[in-house]
Amino acid sequence: MTGSRGAVAAHAKETLREAIVNTIEAVGELTLEIKRDKVLQVCRTMRDDPLFSFEQLIDLCGVDYQTYRHEAPEGARKGPRFAVVYHLLSLTHNRRIRLRTFLDDDPPVLDSVVDIWNSANWFEREAFDLFGIVFEGHPDLRRILTDYGFVGHPFRKDFPLSGEVEMRYDADKQRVVYQPVSIEPRILVPRVIREEGFGGRNS
Amino acid sequence: MAEIRNYTMNFGPQHPAAHGVLRLVLELDGEVVERADPHIGLLHRATEKLAESKPYNHSIGYMDRLDYVSMMCNEHGYVLAMEKLLGVTVPIRAQYIRVMFDEITRIANHLLWLGTHGLDIGAMTIFLYCFREREDLFDCYEAVSGARMHATYYRVGGVYRDLPESMPQYQPSKVHNQKEVRRWNANRQGSLLDFIWDFTERFPGHVDDYETLLTDNRIWKQRTVGIGVVPPERALQLGFTGPMLRGSGVEWDLRKKQPYEVYDRMDFDIPVGVHGDCYDRYLVRVAEMRQANRIVRQCVQWLRDNPGPVIIEDHKLVPPRRERMKDDMEALIHHFKLFTEGFCIPEGEAYAAVEAPKGEFGVYLISDGANKPYRLKIRPPAFVHLAALDEMARGHMLADVVALIGTQDIVFGEVDR
Repeated sequence: MTGSRGAVAAHAKETLREAIVNTIEAVGELTLEIKRDKVLQVCRTMRDDPLFSFEQLIDLCGVDYQTYRHEAPEGARKGPRFAVVYHLLSLTHNRRIRLRTFLDDDPPVLDSVVDIWNSANWFEREAFDLFGIVFEGHPDLRRILTDYGFVGHPFRKDFPLSGEVEMRYDADKQRVVYQPVSIEPRILVPRVIREEGFGGRNS
Repeated sequence: MAEIRNYTMNFGPQHPAAHGVLRLVLELDGEVVERADPHIGLLHRATEKLAESKPYNHSIGYMDRLDYVSMMCNEHGYVLAMEKLLGVTVPIRAQYIRVMFDEITRIANHLLWLGTHGLDIGAMTIFLYCFREREDLFDCYEAVSGARMHATYYRVGGVYRDLPESMPQYQPSKVHNQKEVRRWNANRQGSLLDFIWDFTERFPGHVDDYETLLTDNRIWKQRTVGIGVVPPERALQLGFTGPMLRGSGVEWDLRKKQPYEVYDRMDFDIPVGVHGDCYDRYLVRVAEMRQANRIVRQCVQWLRDNPGPVIIEDHKLVPPRRERMKDDMEALIHHFKLFTEGFCIPEGEAYAAVEAPKGEFGVYLISDGANKPYRLKIRPPAFVHLAALDEMARGHMLADVVALIGTQDIVFGEVDR
């Protein structure tokens, strides 16, 4: 498998030279970081090139890197805030690959891959709903998981865990009303980053 | 002349055939579906966001509640992703236990699917038979974890504890006399493995019963043959996995193609459909129950002969035994650190997938080195399948939509997360 992964990485560098920013191989998985304006070109090659033939888009998700390594001694990571991650599967070669593209503007905009893999449809709606990433060329970019009339993008790191509004039935108005949340968010276990080999692990 | 317009109808979210909280907006031309627009998210609990605020181990229980009819398979995907990042190898006995419980879960899931799918499209009898067998499988869950559904049994580095040597017994009461209770307890006299073995002896006969009721049943065939046909190339485009993909004739099963745990030592076949309609998917799932039964039997045989540890000894990840904490200070410190802070996972990202009963259940985990996940993305198979409902339902009759929802085997815990 290692040899074939290396071969895929080499072939990708060869055919998509100017589209690839970085290649990462870790824990047996290959990740290609691609330029945002080359997403369609890369994805089409990934599907159609017989050496890749990634027939299936298994997963597509947004990531918000705003507080990445926030607790580390060197401070939070600098760089673009959002990323879209694609997980592809090739049934022909029995291989997986991960593509990632970073987006730094707000709202982040990216080309939709629905025409290449139809399974992207709901995944892109989900990423739009939860992170506010706009997919250009998507046929029907609506919210999918959150409530009708929801405000905000809940999976962004600056969105509070307990939300902004809560709803209750108002007996006077005889209908359901929204009001600002009344619960105090509490952290039971603080988030910590321990250095490599902390407490003697892997030493 | 009167103007003829399409009729828009609301299906669910409280429809018994909606399998939970699906709201389906159907555009109908007479009784023919022109467009189906599923509205989901009524059960959205933001599991992924909740997981970001909790130490890694606290979220294992949340995984059970995603697809709440195949609980342990979801846990499996999550612990696999963590183990991949940590570089942990699980003891071989724990791997066999995991495979055995994955397959028990598969049988339990397919039984619920068969029962409710049958009920949806008019086969009432099958429902009670399926639920009768499912009861025994819940007893297996209860014997290892204490919970009948949401087990939280898989842990990083293995499973929570070894299989019990005795099964809980029914007790006589005012309404159940000694003789009746003795009959119920007949197959509970030995260990859990004996109980499972007894189940696997009986189970193929039960599957034969189900098939007698349905496979050649004229009404069943009229409701399922030729309904929701998905050709293999469309199935790939739409991201189908699991029985939905195999029903369309694509031979793809992660247990064979990308084996995890000890699936490469198991002897089993992958059933594949031909036409890609509801009937073929039914046949595939029924055949899968028989294959799962075979795998369970192989695991039981191996587990009987090979005792050993079921979880790793690394106390940076796994709490030490309670007895050792009484007189070992090191053990006490480990316990305290694990239960107040949890463990940190090295910086990186991993995607781990298991062949859950419904398809590929994937977990994409990004760690920034902290004791909580930075981002957890769950790839639920049913979410992808439901997205294809529009395409599958077009041109079918209203009553076939019920058959399509049934054949997709969707559970809203994981669609909405």
